[in-house]
Amino acid sequence: MGRERETQKPQQVSYTVEQMVAVNPYNPDILPELENYVNEQVSSQTYSLDANLCLLRHYQFEPERMSTQIVARILVKALMAMPAPDFSLCLFLIPERVQMEEQFKTLIVLSHYLETGRFRQFWDEAAKSRHIVEAVPGFEQAIQAYAVHVLSLSYQKVPRPVLAEAINIEGLSLDKFLEHHEANSGWILEKSHGRGQLIVMPSNEFNHPELKKNAADNIPLEHITRIFPILG
Amino acid sequence: MATGYDYDDAPAETSSQDAGYDPNFVPDSVKSFVVHLYRHIREKNVYEIHQMYETSFQSLSERLFKETPWPSVDAVSHYVDKDHVFCLLYREMWFRHLYARSSPTLKQRIDSWDNYCSLFQVVLHGVVNMQLPNQWLWDMVDEFVYQFQSFCQYRAKMKNKTAEEIALLGQSEQTWNVYGVLNFLQALVEKSMIIQILEQEKEGLEQFTATDGYDYNGGSNVLKVLGYFSMVGLLRVHCLLGDYHTGLKCLLPIDISQSGVYTSVIGSHITTIYHYGFANLMLRRYVDAIREFNKILLYIFKTKQYHQKSPQYEQILKKNEQMYALLAICLSLCPQVKLVEETVNTQLREKYGEKMIRMQRYDDEAFAIYDELFSYACPKFITPSAPSFEEPLVNYNQDAYRLQLKLFLYEVKQQQLLSGVRTFLKVYSTISLGKLASYMEVDEPTLRTILMTYKHKTHAVDSEGKISSNADLDFYINDDMIHVVDSKPVKRYGDYFLRQIMKFEGVINDMDRVKLVD
Repeated sequence: MGRERETQKPQQVSYTVEQMVAVNPYNPDILPELENYVNEQVSSQTYSLDANLCLLRHYQFEPERMSTQIVARILVKALMAMPAPDFSLCLFLIPERVQMEEQFKTLIVLSHYLETGRFRQFWDEAAKSRHIVEAVPGFEQAIQAYAVHVLSLSYQKVPRPVLAEAINIEGLSLDKFLEHHEANSGWILEKSHGRGQLIVMPSNEFNHPELKKNAADNIPLEHITRIFPILG
Repeated sequence: MATGYDYDDAPAETSSQDAGYDPNFVPDSVKSFVVHLYRHIREKNVYEIHQMYETSFQSLSERLFKETPWPSVDAVSHYVDKDHVFCLLYREMWFRHLYARSSPTLKQRIDSWDNYCSLFQVVLHGVVNMQLPNQWLWDMVDEFVYQFQSFCQYRAKMKNKTAEEIALLGQSEQTWNVYGVLNFLQALVEKSMIIQILEQEKEGLEQFTATDGYDYNGGSNVLKVLGYFSMVGLLRVHCLLGDYHTGLKCLLPIDISQSGVYTSVIGSHITTIYHYGFANLMLRRYVDAIREFNKILLYIFKTKQYHQKSPQYEQILKKNEQMYALLAICLSLCPQVKLVEETVNTQLREKYGEKMIRMQRYDDEAFAIYDELFSYACPKFITPSAPSFEEPLVNYNQDAYRLQLKLFLYEVKQQQLLSGVRTFLKVYSTISLGKLASYMEVDEPTLRTILMTYKHKTHAVDSEGKISSNADLDFYINDDMIHVVDSKPVKRYGDYFLRQIMKFEGVINDMDRVKLVD
């Protein structure tokens, strides 16, 4: 037995955490690796929903092994993945009594503001809970990206103050932000009739619904290949 | 909390062993049953096996074992050469019959678990050389997951447990352990290579779906088909745990836009779509849920008469009703009525028409209806971890359900202002923010947040991060003017024609085969 284990070890090291999750998702022994991996995601600004759900699942199976600090990090990372529903996906797996803890209540409130487009309240609340969100690098940028996403679904042209409020940037920093997006994301700045700046968002099928029509009745090639034998 | 939610509330531990039950008494009809079943299995006569499994077993149960279990396996084993695998199969049916008719004791639950372990071990080690009907193989996976769920519910009711039961529970940590259950299902998927088989089938290198999973070259279908159904089993277990993302991921190898082996057994078809739809509902992918609910409800409507005599008939009807309730929820949150066929829509209006109107109001009464429908139609969520055996003993069998319900209602509340804004958008093609704000009696910044919520909630994100619109009614804002767009869902003619071409090809093939037999 002992020898077998020794020979297996070097092999296991060569697996990445992602691979372990894919190959052996129901193995309680990988819990420490998964926890380390959460910290690694925080420090390297990467993200793996599958690995994090896998860890929450292990906590659900063995509640006595749960680390609330790790759960909090997973939830912050999930907020940063908006508009994807990851935050809810995580909450579905976290027992209610844990969700009652103060830090989780705060995160749930933050999520609620983001889900309902209330960015002003969100930034105010986030400012009060710096200790939670500042522990995770890239948090602000990720939320700003989400805000820009929702704005670009909704607006063809968005007034500067509306944008400023949503991304919580003003004045000179905002000018820089806009400049950057003008150069890289195809934003156009426009003067509206005497009422300040308008930003023209790049067109997509959601803010220019007429762009959508052609894409609707596409049949994927792999479906067509199924009738090749019949046609031939 | 809704009251319609029943949690396996069978009277606890009423003795299933009636005084009159002698486990060693084997009536002649049972003797003949096992002898014939054993012979047909050895001869790989799937047709006869299926007949005996579906019809004879039911009618014997109905006639002789309405109140009592079947004879014990030891009493029948010498009629079947004490064949190890046959005895495992017999016991599997024995327990299934017991679970269906009475509430099993803890000892029986443990024995049934041990039997599944032995059975699956044999299958996984590839020594089974049988050809069993899909119906039977599906029932095994289905029952395995059901008994797991039932065990979790049973264990969570700690209050009424006797000291002996608690002691026995404490000793049997591995019994119906969630890791064990998931690992068995996962092992069946992997060992069967079913994912690779389905991949290869797409390239025409392998046949699986075309033969309904059966092997006509002398091999066995058992591992392959068990592996296939285990993917559905995994979807279900993950839904019971509230892990919808992972559940759907387990189902990915099965293309549910087409018929396949999962549609060859009505129970499997319904279980697959019910959980697929429910998971999508929780992920806010309402259109995906509506589409599949619509398809299967139409299918059940057209075919349910053929299942009237089936032992699954009641279950079919119950899931049918539950899926109408889920469809009512989906359509209330995402009014894509155009995706629903006329027949299904008529049924839906009959059952839930009045409730759906009230759900649009988003007042307390509306939330109560969301609560009621969800509670009636959701899976029986479980807490997978073992209880604390220390005093005081508490029941926690409703915890998992309460959490899912709470989070669902939270989502509904986040969407409560959307139906109001829809009503206005419906009647305008353009309207200024200021005007709409005053109609809705909110200030302009608030209106902007409502409109963004509308956009966010009506745009679903799939597992690859792709965004798609679920909105029947869409808009865009230009500075402070709202432009409304009525986006009509495009009918998928392409898919329809593809399916018809394949169907006709199948008919032609069938006719060719008939000719050959003559």
